[in-house]
Amino acid sequence: MSASTAAPNRTRATSKAPAPTARARRRTTVLGLTAWAVGIVFCLPALWMVLTSFHSEADAATNPPSLAASLTLDGYRTFFGGGGGPTPWPPLVNSLTASLFSTLLVLLLALPAAYALSIRRVSKWTDVMFFFLSTKMLPVVAGLLPIYLFAKNTGLLDNIWLLVLLYTSMNLPIAVWMMQSFLADVPVSIIEAAQVDGAKLPTVLGRVVAPVAAPGIAATALICFIFSWNELLFARVLTGVVAGTAPVHLTTFVTSQGLFLAQLCAASVVVSLPVLIAGYAAQDKLVQGLSLGAVK
Amino acid sequence: MTTTTAVRPTPPRPAPPGKRPTGSRARAWATRAPLLPALVFLIVVTQLPFVATLVISFFDWNSLKPDQRHFTGFANYGSVFTDPALRESVLTTVLLTATVVIVSVVLGLAFALLLDRTFFGRGFVRTLLITPFLIVPVSAALLWKHALYNPEYGLFNGVLTWFGNLFGIESIAQPEWTSEMPLMAVAAALVWQWTPFMMLILLAGLQSRPAEMMEAARLDGAGPWQMFRFLTLPHLRRYLELGVLLGSVYIVQNFDAVFTITAGGLGTANLPYTVYETFYRAHEYGLASAVGVVVVIGTVIIATFALRVVSSLFREEASRA
Repeated sequence: MSASTAAPNRTRATSKAPAPTARARRRTTVLGLTAWAVGIVFCLPALWMVLTSFHSEADAATNPPSLAASLTLDGYRTFFGGGGGPTPWPPLVNSLTASLFSTLLVLLLALPAAYALSIRRVSKWTDVMFFFLSTKMLPVVAGLLPIYLFAKNTGLLDNIWLLVLLYTSMNLPIAVWMMQSFLADVPVSIIEAAQVDGAKLPTVLGRVVAPVAAPGIAATALICFIFSWNELLFARVLTGVVAGTAPVHLTTFVTSQGLFLAQLCAASVVVSLPVLIAGYAAQDKLVQGLSLGAVK
Repeated sequence: MTTTTAVRPTPPRPAPPGKRPTGSRARAWATRAPLLPALVFLIVVTQLPFVATLVISFFDWNSLKPDQRHFTGFANYGSVFTDPALRESVLTTVLLTATVVIVSVVLGLAFALLLDRTFFGRGFVRTLLITPFLIVPVSAALLWKHALYNPEYGLFNGVLTWFGNLFGIESIAQPEWTSEMPLMAVAAALVWQWTPFMMLILLAGLQSRPAEMMEAARLDGAGPWQMFRFLTLPHLRRYLELGVLLGSVYIVQNFDAVFTITAGGLGTANLPYTVYETFYRAHEYGLASAVGVVVVIGTVIIATFALRVVSSLFREEASRA
């Protein structure tokens, strides 16, 4: 708190011309401290969420907030069904199924496509790229109703595999774009050299292309995983008690509780944890994925 | 039933493969083959449903009265633009998207400038600033609604009470955030989540500034403000455009925050929420489809600009490689 109030005064101390080193160093320190203060204040809601998740319900709902209240795991215990409530495992398993399998399917479809768009290029490959991108611009609500009716008539409503397919289509354009840019980084000369040496296509892909493109492919997979895990609208409309995912579970379990803040925060921490881990792991490639490969 | 029949007609053709006289056709198909599964899959799952939506939007169809279904031409579209509630949701969408995008771009730029220098713990601060983007959107919305906005025990009013006690103000304001300023409440939560996105794009832009150019300007005696105004900002232009346009495309479609924080009440129902509400609760299939088509048209307009920016950056990358 004190850091944030002190910060604005200090930013004005910025010097103008190329200053002597002492002054430049002081400026760096001041701006560094400002960045720290901004980072902490901006992240405060998330930090507050984590802190509250370890408080008892009584301590979580005080005004003014009780920062130094004793810590407990009760929120987590209740969320995991400790108080006789519903357990979150089915929704968590559903989310995991939908995210993992759709990510796998995305990779299976996007890798060959990216190969045909970067290494052995089809003619007019840029047109194909932009066709992929344009489908990403089509809002989810554009096809929601027909998909719902289709699911209803074919008995796929409340079936997790339908979500797997939809999440695959949601992420496929991003994956194709990202993967195209990663595969295009593989030098053509080493591929040709391998072919001259008599290597067959699978060998070229496995021994030459894969090692170079592997980090990019991993980042693509993590980003697809995050988007699938976060999705709410499809899941909300197309699933019910059986195939409901973790975000759907979050929206429903709140309503019936009395004092629930600690439990809610614990739930949010648990559900966000996979995304946080995947996101931190993919941090360096995150921009590239989110900007559909436009920014490297 | 009709949807399945409506879904069947021929799909829109993908960008037709170019016909260059390159040897045998078999070879050309061998090159194309790896592309086909992904293309076919996307067309079936994304384009066909939209065609069906388009067809349904011309019908008066309430699922509770299935036998009264009939063709009405553009009547549903008439309702979209004359029904005050629907018209308001068009306005809400524009207002919400514009507010969130502008505020998060400005904040994102400020954060990116702060991070664009070396200081102790830079990586950690960057991680702190990215974190809001990595909270599951539903969790973030619930967090803001209950843990921050709640008038009795939320953090915001808690901090106000704290200050009140600190400065001896007996009855400090305790606003009901979500009912007194509903749209701003939704917007603030979205800004919190989208600022890191803008920051990351702009940071990438800042770091792609040619170092020699910046150094030359510094040696010529340019001050920090001049360098920012005449070198950094022009260089960032396309990154700013990209952030604004991609952000708009994503935020126009936002459902989670509106659904969770206000449940579309108090004038916060944007178009995606209205589509959900119209078909899921009111069972007006025809009308919901018409709203959906309007959303698509709006998105297509923004997306056309977005695509242009992406393609110019893309071409630049391609020519550099």
